[in-house]
Amino acid sequence: MKEIEEKIKETIKKLFKENKIDIFIGYSEGTLPLRSTPCLITKPDDIEKLVWNSYCSNNLAVYLPRFFLPQQQKKDAKLPRIGILAKGCDSRSMVGLIKEHQIPRENIYIIGINCKGMIDIEKIQNTGFKMQEVEIVAVEEKGGKVLLEDEDNKKIELKKEELLADVCTSCQYNVPVIYDVLIGEEKRKTKEKERAAFIEEFEKKPLEERWKYFQEQVSKCIRCYACRQACPNCYCKECFAEQTKPKWIGVTDNISDIMFFHIGRIFHQAGRCVDCGACVRACPMGVDLRVFTYKLIKDVKEFFEYEAGISLEEAPPLATFKSDDRQEFITEP
Amino acid sequence: MENINNWEPKIVAFLCNWCSYAGADLAGVSRIQYPSNIRVIRVPCSGRVDPFYIIKALQNGIDGVLVSGCHPGDCHYISGNLIARRKFALLKSFLEYIGIEPGRVQFSWVSAAEGDRFAQIIEKVTREVKELGPINKMVKKI
Repeated sequence: MKEIEEKIKETIKKLFKENKIDIFIGYSEGTLPLRSTPCLITKPDDIEKLVWNSYCSNNLAVYLPRFFLPQQQKKDAKLPRIGILAKGCDSRSMVGLIKEHQIPRENIYIIGINCKGMIDIEKIQNTGFKMQEVEIVAVEEKGGKVLLEDEDNKKIELKKEELLADVCTSCQYNVPVIYDVLIGEEKRKTKEKERAAFIEEFEKKPLEERWKYFQEQVSKCIRCYACRQACPNCYCKECFAEQTKPKWIGVTDNISDIMFFHIGRIFHQAGRCVDCGACVRACPMGVDLRVFTYKLIKDVKEFFEYEAGISLEEAPPLATFKSDDRQEFITEP
Repeated sequence: MENINNWEPKIVAFLCNWCSYAGADLAGVSRIQYPSNIRVIRVPCSGRVDPFYIIKALQNGIDGVLVSGCHPGDCHYISGNLIARRKFALLKSFLEYIGIEPGRVQFSWVSAAEGDRFAQIIEKVTREVKELGPINKMVKKI
Protein backbone atom coordinates (compact mmCIF):
# COMPACT_ATOMS: atom_id res chain seq x y z
CA MET A 1 0.00 0.00 0.00
CA LYS A 2 2.74 2.45 0.98
CA GLU A 3 4.74 1.63 -2.14
CA ILE A 4 1.74 2.30 -4.33
CA GLU A 5 1.10 5.57 -2.50
CA GLU A 6 4.68 6.68 -3.16
CA LYS A 7 4.42 5.68 -6.78
CA ILE A 8 1.21 7.68 -7.16
CA LYS A 9 2.81 10.77 -5.66
CA GLU A 10 5.85 10.40 -7.88
CA THR A 11 3.72 10.10 -11.00
CA ILE A 12 1.66 13.16 -10.11
CA LYS A 13 4.74 15.22 -9.32
CA LYS A 14 6.02 14.38 -12.76
CA LEU A 15 2.70 15.27 -14.36
CA PHE A 16 2.62 18.67 -12.68
CA LYS A 17 6.23 19.29 -13.60
CA GLU A 18 5.66 18.44 -17.25
CA ASN A 19 2.55 20.64 -17.12
CA LYS A 20 0.28 17.83 -18.26
CA ILE A 21 -2.49 18.44 -15.75
CA ASP A 22 -4.06 21.43 -13.97
CA ILE A 23 -6.00 19.57 -11.32
CA PHE A 24 -5.58 16.20 -9.71
CA ILE A 25 -8.37 14.28 -8.02
CA GLY A 26 -7.34 11.70 -5.46
CA TYR A 27 -7.86 10.80 -1.83
CA SER A 28 -6.55 12.34 1.35
CA GLU A 29 -6.68 11.25 4.96
CA GLY A 30 -10.20 11.42 6.43
CA THR A 31 -11.05 13.12 9.70
CA LEU A 32 -11.40 9.75 11.39
CA PRO A 33 -9.37 6.57 11.13
CA LEU A 34 -10.77 4.10 8.61
CA ARG A 35 -11.83 6.95 6.38
CA SER A 36 -10.40 8.55 3.28
CA THR A 37 -11.89 11.56 1.67
CA PRO A 38 -11.78 12.78 -1.94
CA CYS A 39 -9.29 15.55 -2.45
CA LEU A 40 -8.64 18.04 -5.25
CA ILE A 41 -5.08 19.16 -5.78
CA THR A 42 -4.19 22.24 -7.78
CA LYS A 43 -0.68 22.97 -6.46
CA PRO A 44 2.26 20.55 -6.56
CA ASP A 45 2.96 21.44 -2.89
CA ASP A 46 -0.23 19.69 -1.81
CA ILE A 47 0.72 16.35 -3.30
CA GLU A 48 1.95 15.09 0.08
CA LYS A 49 -1.66 15.15 1.30
CA LEU A 50 -2.58 12.24 -0.94
CA VAL A 51 -3.06 8.76 0.45
CA TRP A 52 -3.86 5.34 -0.88
CA ASN A 53 -5.32 2.73 1.45
CA SER A 54 -8.21 0.32 1.82
CA TYR A 55 -10.73 3.05 2.55
CA CYS A 56 -10.51 4.95 -0.72
CA SER A 57 -13.90 3.65 -1.72
CA ASN A 58 -15.50 6.80 -3.19
CA ASN A 59 -16.07 6.73 -6.91
CA LEU A 60 -14.07 9.76 -8.06
CA ALA A 61 -15.64 9.82 -11.52
CA VAL A 62 -18.56 11.68 -9.95
CA TYR A 63 -16.44 14.86 -9.79
CA LEU A 64 -15.60 14.94 -13.49
CA PRO A 65 -18.71 16.14 -15.37
CA ARG A 66 -18.92 19.41 -13.42
CA PHE A 67 -15.69 20.60 -15.03
CA PHE A 68 -17.10 20.16 -18.51
CA LEU A 69 -20.61 21.60 -18.32
CA PRO A 70 -21.96 22.88 -21.65
CA GLN A 71 -21.70 26.53 -20.60
CA GLN A 72 -17.98 26.00 -20.07
CA GLN A 73 -17.51 24.40 -23.44
CA LYS A 74 -17.80 27.70 -25.30
CA LYS A 75 -15.62 28.43 -28.26
CA ASP A 76 -12.01 29.13 -27.35
CA ALA A 77 -12.73 28.34 -23.71
CA LYS A 78 -9.83 26.54 -22.12
CA LEU A 79 -11.01 23.39 -20.45
CA PRO A 80 -9.05 22.11 -17.49
CA ARG A 81 -6.87 19.05 -17.85
CA ILE A 82 -7.64 16.71 -15.02
CA GLY A 83 -5.58 13.92 -13.59
CA ILE A 84 -7.57 11.34 -11.70
CA LEU A 85 -7.00 8.21 -9.73
CA ALA A 86 -9.05 5.31 -10.97
CA LYS A 87 -9.89 1.93 -9.55
CA GLY A 88 -11.55 -0.58 -11.86
CA CYS A 89 -15.07 0.61 -11.11
CA ASP A 90 -14.14 4.31 -11.39
CA SER A 91 -12.67 3.72 -14.82
CA ARG A 92 -15.82 1.96 -15.95
CA SER A 93 -17.87 4.94 -14.82
CA MET A 94 -15.52 7.17 -16.82
CA VAL A 95 -16.04 5.04 -19.91
CA GLY A 96 -19.77 5.67 -19.51
CA LEU A 97 -19.25 9.41 -19.12
CA ILE A 98 -16.96 9.62 -22.14
CA LYS A 99 -19.41 7.62 -24.20
CA GLU A 100 -22.26 9.92 -23.23
CA HIS A 101 -20.15 12.97 -24.12
CA GLN A 102 -20.02 14.31 -20.59
CA ILE A 103 -16.23 14.43 -20.40
CA PRO A 104 -13.65 14.71 -23.19
CA ARG A 105 -11.19 11.84 -23.08
CA GLU A 106 -8.26 14.05 -24.13
CA ASN A 107 -8.69 16.25 -21.05
CA ILE A 108 -8.55 13.38 -18.61
CA TYR A 109 -5.33 11.78 -17.50
CA ILE A 110 -6.17 8.52 -15.79
CA ILE A 111 -3.84 6.96 -13.28
CA GLY A 112 -5.10 3.42 -13.05
CA ILE A 113 -4.60 1.32 -9.97
CA ASN A 114 -4.84 -2.40 -9.57
CA CYS A 115 -7.40 -2.36 -6.76
CA LYS A 116 -7.37 -5.07 -4.12
CA GLY A 117 -10.83 -4.24 -2.84
CA MET A 118 -12.08 -1.69 -0.35
CA ILE A 119 -13.08 -2.26 3.24
CA ASP A 120 -16.68 -1.78 4.27
CA ILE A 121 -16.68 -0.16 7.72
CA GLU A 122 -20.04 -1.66 8.54
CA LYS A 123 -18.50 -5.09 8.29
CA ILE A 124 -16.03 -4.16 11.03
CA GLN A 125 -18.99 -3.38 13.21
CA ASN A 126 -20.58 -6.67 12.28
CA THR A 127 -17.59 -8.56 13.66
CA GLY A 128 -18.56 -7.35 17.12
CA PHE A 129 -16.10 -4.50 17.36
CA LYS A 130 -18.17 -1.68 18.83
CA MET A 131 -16.98 1.30 16.87
CA GLN A 132 -19.48 3.67 18.44
CA GLU A 133 -18.32 2.97 21.97
CA VAL A 134 -14.60 2.88 21.61
CA GLU A 135 -12.40 5.17 19.65
CA ILE A 136 -10.01 3.70 17.18
CA VAL A 137 -6.70 5.49 17.37
CA ALA A 138 -4.57 3.54 14.96
CA VAL A 139 -5.04 1.24 12.00
CA GLU A 140 -2.44 -0.85 10.33
CA GLU A 141 -2.56 -3.26 7.47
CA LYS A 142 -0.22 -6.16 7.14
CA GLY A 143 -0.32 -9.12 4.81
CA GLY A 144 -4.07 -9.48 4.48
CA LYS A 145 -4.73 -8.56 8.12
CA VAL A 146 -6.16 -5.36 9.54
CA LEU A 147 -4.91 -4.33 12.98
CA LEU A 148 -7.09 -1.93 14.92
CA GLU A 149 -6.01 -0.25 18.12
CA ASP A 150 -8.47 1.47 20.42
CA GLU A 151 -7.94 4.18 23.04
CA ASP A 152 -7.11 1.65 25.77
CA ASN A 153 -4.34 0.25 23.58
CA LYS A 154 -6.36 -2.89 23.05
CA LYS A 155 -5.49 -4.47 19.74
CA ILE A 156 -7.76 -6.37 17.47
CA GLU A 157 -6.78 -8.33 14.44
CA LEU A 158 -9.22 -8.87 11.62
CA LYS A 159 -8.94 -10.59 8.26
CA LYS A 160 -9.17 -8.12 5.41
CA GLU A 161 -10.89 -10.63 3.18
CA GLU A 162 -13.86 -10.77 5.50
CA LEU A 163 -14.18 -6.99 5.63
CA LEU A 164 -14.31 -6.30 1.90
CA ALA A 165 -17.40 -4.55 0.62
CA ASP A 166 -20.00 -6.71 -1.15
CA VAL A 167 -19.32 -5.06 -4.48
CA CYS A 168 -15.61 -5.81 -4.11
CA THR A 169 -15.73 -9.49 -3.15
CA SER A 170 -17.05 -10.53 -6.53
CA CYS A 171 -15.40 -7.75 -8.56
CA GLN A 172 -13.97 -8.82 -11.87
CA TYR A 173 -12.56 -5.49 -12.99
CA ASN A 174 -9.86 -4.83 -10.41
CA VAL A 175 -7.70 -3.40 -13.20
CA PRO A 176 -9.08 -0.25 -14.87
CA VAL A 177 -10.56 -0.66 -18.34
CA ILE A 178 -8.96 2.55 -19.62
CA TYR A 179 -5.90 4.31 -18.22
CA ASP A 180 -2.89 6.38 -19.23
CA VAL A 181 -0.53 4.90 -16.68
CA LEU A 182 -1.09 1.87 -14.56
CA ILE A 183 0.28 1.40 -11.09
CA GLY A 184 0.53 -2.21 -10.04
CA GLU A 185 0.57 -5.23 -12.32
CA GLU A 186 -1.98 -5.72 -15.04
CA LYS A 187 -3.50 -8.92 -13.87
CA ARG A 188 -7.21 -9.39 -14.07
CA LYS A 189 -8.93 -11.60 -11.59
CA THR A 190 -9.96 -14.75 -13.28
CA LYS A 191 -11.94 -16.70 -10.77
CA GLU A 192 -15.07 -14.88 -9.99
CA LYS A 193 -17.88 -15.72 -7.69
CA GLU A 194 -21.21 -15.82 -9.47
CA ARG A 195 -22.11 -12.18 -9.06
CA ALA A 196 -25.77 -12.43 -9.86
CA ALA A 197 -26.47 -15.28 -7.44
CA PHE A 198 -28.25 -13.06 -4.93
CA ILE A 199 -30.52 -11.73 -7.67
CA GLU A 200 -31.51 -15.21 -8.75
CA GLU A 201 -32.31 -16.05 -5.19
CA PHE A 202 -34.51 -12.98 -4.87
CA GLU A 203 -36.27 -13.76 -8.16
CA LYS A 204 -37.33 -17.14 -6.80
CA LYS A 205 -39.26 -15.58 -3.92
CA PRO A 206 -43.03 -15.25 -4.34
CA LEU A 207 -44.36 -11.97 -5.76
CA GLU A 208 -45.88 -10.73 -2.53
CA GLU A 209 -42.70 -11.37 -0.61
CA ARG A 210 -40.70 -9.41 -3.15
CA TRP A 211 -43.14 -6.53 -2.92
CA LYS A 212 -42.94 -6.62 0.85
CA TYR A 213 -39.17 -6.43 0.71
CA PHE A 214 -39.24 -3.55 -1.75
CA GLN A 215 -41.73 -1.72 0.46
CA GLU A 216 -39.64 -2.38 3.55
CA GLN A 217 -36.47 -1.08 1.97
CA VAL A 218 -38.10 1.94 0.37
CA SER A 219 -39.86 2.95 3.57
CA LYS A 220 -36.46 3.47 5.20
CA CYS A 221 -35.63 6.15 2.63
CA ILE A 222 -35.69 9.76 3.79
CA ARG A 223 -35.24 11.11 0.25
CA CYS A 224 -31.98 12.87 0.91
CA TYR A 225 -30.95 11.95 -2.67
CA ALA A 226 -27.47 10.97 -1.49
CA CYS A 227 -27.64 7.91 -3.77
CA ARG A 228 -28.16 10.19 -6.73
CA GLN A 229 -25.44 12.64 -5.72
CA ALA A 230 -22.88 9.91 -5.22
CA CYS A 231 -23.60 8.27 -8.57
CA PRO A 232 -21.25 9.26 -11.41
CA ASN A 233 -23.92 8.43 -13.98
CA CYS A 234 -26.46 10.82 -12.46
CA TYR A 235 -25.24 13.99 -14.14
CA CYS A 236 -28.56 15.44 -15.34
CA LYS A 237 -28.69 19.16 -14.79
CA GLU A 238 -32.26 18.84 -13.65
CA CYS A 239 -33.24 15.54 -12.12
CA PHE A 240 -36.76 14.22 -12.62
CA ALA A 241 -37.07 14.27 -8.84
CA GLU A 242 -36.93 18.04 -8.81
CA GLN A 243 -38.68 18.73 -12.08
CA THR A 244 -41.85 20.78 -11.72
CA LYS A 245 -43.06 20.58 -15.31
CA PRO A 246 -44.15 17.84 -15.35
CA LYS A 247 -44.05 17.21 -11.66
CA TRP A 248 -43.22 13.53 -11.49
CA ILE A 249 -43.06 13.12 -7.75
CA GLY A 250 -44.61 15.09 -4.97
CA VAL A 251 -42.44 16.65 -2.26
CA THR A 252 -43.83 14.38 0.40
CA ASP A 253 -42.78 11.45 2.51
CA ASN A 254 -45.60 9.42 1.01
CA ILE A 255 -44.29 5.93 0.30
CA SER A 256 -45.71 6.00 -3.21
CA ASP A 257 -43.59 9.05 -4.05
CA ILE A 258 -40.50 7.42 -2.58
CA MET A 259 -41.18 4.31 -4.64
CA PHE A 260 -41.52 6.43 -7.76
CA PHE A 261 -38.18 8.05 -7.04
CA HIS A 262 -36.40 4.76 -6.57
CA ILE A 263 -37.97 3.02 -9.56
CA GLY A 264 -37.17 6.10 -11.65
CA ARG A 265 -33.61 6.45 -10.46
CA ILE A 266 -32.81 2.78 -10.79
CA PHE A 267 -34.43 2.55 -14.20
CA HIS A 268 -32.46 5.55 -15.42
CA GLN A 269 -29.33 3.54 -14.64
CA ALA A 270 -30.35 0.66 -16.90
CA GLY A 271 -27.39 -0.15 -19.10
CA ARG A 272 -25.24 2.45 -17.34
CA CYS A 273 -24.80 1.22 -13.78
CA VAL A 274 -21.37 -0.35 -13.26
CA ASP A 275 -22.12 -1.68 -9.79
CA CYS A 276 -19.49 0.44 -8.04
CA GLY A 277 -21.58 0.56 -4.88
CA ALA A 278 -21.44 4.35 -4.49
CA CYS A 279 -25.19 4.64 -3.87
CA VAL A 280 -25.18 1.90 -1.26
CA ARG A 281 -22.25 3.50 0.58
CA ALA A 282 -23.82 6.95 0.43
CA CYS A 283 -27.16 5.86 1.83
CA PRO A 284 -27.47 7.00 5.45
CA MET A 285 -30.47 4.76 6.11
CA GLY A 286 -28.99 1.50 4.86
CA VAL A 287 -31.45 0.89 2.05
CA ASP A 288 -30.55 -2.29 0.20
CA LEU A 289 -30.29 -0.66 -3.22
CA ARG A 290 -28.00 -3.18 -4.83
CA VAL A 291 -30.58 -5.93 -4.94
CA PHE A 292 -32.57 -3.67 -7.30
CA THR A 293 -29.80 -1.99 -9.28
CA TYR A 294 -28.09 -5.28 -10.00
CA LYS A 295 -31.28 -6.76 -11.40
CA LEU A 296 -31.09 -4.31 -14.30
CA ILE A 297 -27.41 -5.07 -14.87
CA LYS A 298 -28.30 -8.73 -15.03
CA ASP A 299 -31.23 -8.17 -17.38
CA VAL A 300 -29.25 -5.92 -19.70
CA LYS A 301 -26.58 -8.58 -19.93
CA GLU A 302 -29.07 -11.36 -20.44
CA PHE A 303 -31.34 -9.58 -22.93
CA PHE A 304 -28.88 -7.46 -24.91
CA GLU A 305 -25.46 -8.99 -24.16
CA TYR A 306 -24.17 -5.67 -22.98
CA GLU A 307 -22.08 -4.74 -19.99
CA ALA A 308 -21.71 -1.11 -18.99
CA GLY A 309 -18.34 0.60 -18.99
CA ILE A 310 -16.36 -2.00 -20.89
CA SER A 311 -15.92 -0.55 -24.35
CA LEU A 312 -15.90 2.96 -25.74
CA GLU A 313 -17.26 1.87 -29.12
CA GLU A 314 -20.29 -0.24 -28.33
CA ALA A 315 -23.57 1.71 -28.47
CA PRO A 316 -25.57 2.05 -25.24
CA PRO A 317 -28.18 -0.75 -25.10
CA LEU A 318 -31.20 1.52 -24.94
CA ALA A 319 -30.07 3.68 -27.83
CA THR A 320 -29.88 0.82 -30.27
CA PHE A 321 -31.77 -2.33 -31.21
CA LYS A 322 -31.59 -5.62 -33.01
CA SER A 323 -34.31 -6.99 -35.22
CA ASP A 324 -34.43 -10.17 -33.16
CA ASP A 325 -34.61 -8.65 -29.69
CA ARG A 326 -36.69 -10.65 -27.25
CA GLN A 327 -40.42 -10.08 -27.35
CA GLU A 328 -41.97 -12.94 -25.43
CA PHE A 329 -43.45 -10.37 -23.11
CA ILE A 330 -45.66 -8.90 -25.85
CA THR A 331 -49.36 -9.64 -25.31
CA GLU A 332 -50.90 -11.67 -28.10
CA PRO A 333 -54.67 -12.12 -28.39
CA MET B 1 -66.32 2.42 -1.43
CA GLU B 2 -66.99 0.75 -4.72
CA ASN B 3 -68.77 -2.52 -4.58
CA ILE B 4 -66.32 -5.24 -5.52
CA ASN B 5 -68.97 -7.15 -7.48
CA ASN B 6 -69.65 -4.48 -10.02
CA TRP B 7 -66.17 -3.04 -9.97
CA GLU B 8 -64.79 -2.30 -13.39
CA PRO B 9 -61.07 -1.74 -13.94
CA LYS B 10 -59.71 1.49 -15.33
CA ILE B 11 -57.14 0.86 -18.04
CA VAL B 12 -55.01 3.42 -19.80
CA ALA B 13 -54.00 2.55 -23.35
CA PHE B 14 -51.15 4.42 -25.01
CA LEU B 15 -51.78 3.90 -28.72
CA CYS B 16 -49.39 4.94 -31.43
CA ASN B 17 -50.85 7.34 -33.93
CA TRP B 18 -49.95 5.39 -37.05
CA CYS B 19 -50.97 1.83 -36.30
CA SER B 20 -52.70 1.01 -33.05
CA TYR B 21 -54.80 4.16 -32.92
CA ALA B 22 -55.92 3.53 -36.48
CA GLY B 23 -56.52 -0.10 -35.49
CA ALA B 24 -58.77 1.07 -32.67
CA ASP B 25 -60.53 3.33 -35.14
CA LEU B 26 -61.08 0.44 -37.49
CA ALA B 27 -62.52 -1.64 -34.66
CA GLY B 28 -64.88 1.25 -34.03
CA VAL B 29 -66.06 1.79 -37.59
CA SER B 30 -66.39 -1.96 -38.08
CA ARG B 31 -68.66 -2.00 -35.00
CA ILE B 32 -66.63 -4.67 -33.24
CA GLN B 33 -67.61 -4.88 -29.59
CA TYR B 34 -64.92 -4.63 -26.93
CA PRO B 35 -64.90 -3.67 -23.23
CA SER B 36 -65.22 0.03 -22.52
CA ASN B 37 -62.65 -0.01 -19.72
CA ILE B 38 -59.88 1.59 -21.71
CA ARG B 39 -59.01 5.26 -21.80
CA VAL B 40 -57.04 5.92 -24.93
CA ILE B 41 -54.10 8.30 -25.01
CA ARG B 42 -52.79 8.90 -28.52
CA VAL B 43 -49.03 9.17 -28.80
CA PRO B 44 -46.96 9.75 -31.94
CA CYS B 45 -45.08 6.47 -31.51
CA SER B 46 -44.75 3.70 -28.93
CA GLY B 47 -41.18 4.98 -28.55
CA ARG B 48 -42.65 8.20 -27.19
CA VAL B 49 -43.94 6.39 -24.13
CA ASP B 50 -41.65 7.15 -21.23
CA PRO B 51 -41.62 4.40 -18.58
CA PHE B 52 -42.48 7.19 -16.16
CA TYR B 53 -45.90 7.56 -17.81
CA ILE B 54 -46.64 3.99 -16.90
CA ILE B 55 -45.47 4.24 -13.30
CA LYS B 56 -47.26 7.55 -12.90
CA ALA B 57 -50.50 5.99 -14.15
CA LEU B 58 -50.20 3.20 -11.59
CA GLN B 59 -49.45 5.75 -8.89
CA ASN B 60 -52.63 7.62 -9.78
CA GLY B 61 -54.74 4.52 -9.27
CA ILE B 62 -55.01 3.17 -12.80
CA ASP B 63 -55.54 -0.58 -12.59
CA GLY B 64 -53.76 -1.50 -15.80
CA VAL B 65 -51.65 0.06 -18.54
CA LEU B 66 -51.43 -1.07 -22.14
CA VAL B 67 -48.92 0.28 -24.61
CA SER B 68 -49.50 -0.60 -28.22
CA GLY B 69 -47.49 0.24 -31.30
CA CYS B 70 -46.82 -0.85 -34.87
CA HIS B 71 -45.51 -4.33 -35.55
CA PRO B 72 -41.70 -4.55 -35.61
CA GLY B 73 -40.53 -3.31 -38.98
CA ASP B 74 -43.68 -1.26 -39.63
CA CYS B 75 -42.83 1.78 -37.52
CA HIS B 76 -43.66 5.09 -39.17
CA TYR B 77 -40.39 6.40 -37.75
CA ILE B 78 -38.48 3.28 -38.86
CA SER B 79 -37.20 2.13 -35.47
CA GLY B 80 -39.23 3.83 -32.71
CA ASN B 81 -41.01 0.66 -31.70
CA LEU B 82 -37.80 -1.38 -31.74
CA ILE B 83 -36.15 0.98 -29.29
CA ALA B 84 -39.35 0.92 -27.24
CA ARG B 85 -39.26 -2.87 -27.24
CA ARG B 86 -35.89 -2.87 -25.44
CA LYS B 87 -37.09 -0.32 -22.93
CA PHE B 88 -40.28 -2.20 -22.19
CA ALA B 89 -38.54 -5.57 -21.91
CA LEU B 90 -36.46 -4.14 -19.06
CA LEU B 91 -39.36 -2.26 -17.48
CA LYS B 92 -41.70 -5.22 -17.45
CA SER B 93 -39.07 -7.50 -16.00
CA PHE B 94 -38.11 -4.92 -13.37
CA LEU B 95 -41.68 -4.17 -12.26
CA GLU B 96 -42.34 -7.86 -11.89
CA TYR B 97 -39.10 -8.24 -9.95
CA ILE B 98 -40.09 -5.64 -7.34
CA GLY B 99 -43.46 -7.29 -6.95
CA ILE B 100 -45.97 -5.59 -9.23
CA GLU B 101 -48.24 -8.14 -10.92
CA PRO B 102 -47.09 -8.72 -14.52
CA GLY B 103 -50.65 -8.39 -15.86
CA ARG B 104 -50.88 -4.74 -14.84
CA VAL B 105 -48.49 -3.50 -17.47
CA GLN B 106 -48.81 -4.94 -20.96
CA PHE B 107 -47.43 -4.27 -24.39
CA SER B 108 -48.77 -5.28 -27.79
CA TRP B 109 -48.43 -4.73 -31.51
CA VAL B 110 -51.55 -3.82 -33.46
CA SER B 111 -51.50 -2.61 -37.06
CA ALA B 112 -53.97 -0.25 -38.69
CA ALA B 113 -55.65 -3.17 -40.44
CA GLU B 114 -56.17 -5.25 -37.31
CA GLY B 115 -59.40 -3.97 -35.78
CA ASP B 116 -60.27 -7.49 -34.79
CA ARG B 117 -56.96 -8.09 -33.09
CA PHE B 118 -57.31 -4.78 -31.24
CA ALA B 119 -60.67 -5.82 -29.81
CA GLN B 120 -59.26 -9.21 -28.79
CA ILE B 121 -56.30 -7.64 -27.05
CA ILE B 122 -58.48 -5.20 -25.14
CA GLU B 123 -60.71 -8.08 -24.11
CA LYS B 124 -57.74 -10.09 -22.90
CA VAL B 125 -56.13 -7.21 -21.01
CA THR B 126 -59.42 -6.23 -19.38
CA ARG B 127 -60.08 -9.81 -18.33
CA GLU B 128 -56.63 -10.17 -16.82
CA VAL B 129 -56.74 -6.88 -14.94
CA LYS B 130 -60.22 -7.69 -13.69
CA GLU B 131 -58.92 -10.95 -12.26
CA LEU B 132 -56.14 -9.08 -10.47
CA GLY B 133 -58.65 -6.75 -8.83
CA PRO B 134 -58.22 -3.08 -7.93
CA ILE B 135 -54.64 -1.88 -7.72
CA ASN B 136 -53.33 -1.26 -4.23
CA LYS B 137 -49.59 -1.31 -4.76
CA MET B 138 -47.89 1.91 -5.81
CA VAL B 139 -51.11 3.95 -5.41
CA LYS B 140 -50.65 7.27 -3.70
CA LYS B 141 -53.07 7.38 -0.78
CA ILE B 142 -53.39 10.72 0.91
